[in-house]
Amino acid sequence: MKARVHVMLKNGVLDPQGEAVRHALGSLGFDGVEGVRQGKVIDLDLADGTSEATVKEMCEKLLANTVIESYQIEIS
Amino acid sequence: MRAGVIVFPGSNCDRDLAEGFKAAGADVTMIWHKETALPDGLDIIGVPGGFSFGDYLRCGAIAAQSPISKAVAEFAGKGGYVLGICNGFQILCETGLLPGVLMRNATLKFICRNQGLEVVTSSSNFTSNYKVGQSIEIPIAHHDGNYSADPELLAQLKAEDRIAFRYLDNPNGSAADIAGILSENRRVLGMMPHPERAVSGQQGCEDGLAMFKSLAEALVAA
Repeated sequence: MKARVHVMLKNGVLDPQGEAVRHALGSLGFDGVEGVRQGKVIDLDLADGTSEATVKEMCEKLLANTVIESYQIEIS
Repeated sequence: MRAGVIVFPGSNCDRDLAEGFKAAGADVTMIWHKETALPDGLDIIGVPGGFSFGDYLRCGAIAAQSPISKAVAEFAGKGGYVLGICNGFQILCETGLLPGVLMRNATLKFICRNQGLEVVTSSSNFTSNYKVGQSIEIPIAHHDGNYSADPELLAQLKAEDRIAFRYLDNPNGSAADIAGILSENRRVLGMMPHPERAVSGQQGCEDGLAMFKSLAEALVAA
């Protein structure tokens, strides 16, 4: 089985890298880019039967720093 | 003073930190990150700067899960002293020994230069040889030193006199110009600047020596 974890900075946390990307898009002539947030996608190849609760624990312990990041789990 | 310095793959200030402790007369033991226990009789643990595990995932995140990090957390839990510098500060935040988080510099640039700091508190065994309000110069060298914390935490750090150092000319966007903070029991210090790179005239600056001397004086009897 596979799980995909999306890690994003929480709303309200300034994302300097996203801001830099926004500026770069502006200087390429793309008008109207009002905001860019940059995150991570982590694909996990898991033994069958791994529970979502286990993946959640992985997120809490390592994959995300929940002080500033939120995460979303997709199991497939 | 007996000091232990943790070495992770990618640490590159471990030997400098050992020299910093030695400059104040300490005996220093280097400790590989795969050790599960600390040697007996240590007074202080140094968590050095560098790029542990290549800064993969987040700075300090993988190191915080190393076997030795659990032992360091237990040591701190029993009232042991811990000094985390640069990547060491990031690791201490990731382990939860210190609150808050260090994000990418607001300028997005790696900054390497001598940096003016203000000593904010002298009431800790790390800073007792400095004067409150004293300006010192200590090198910085980091890409992710932008200290971030919510307003409640910032207010708490201020109210509890736990901000150890502030940047005089904020280089990286840190909240409240914070360069270093203390734990609640004032025995864990994390800071982005490198005092171990400022302990002898040969390094061009000696402003970091007072920190190691403060520690040596406090921990000599321990």
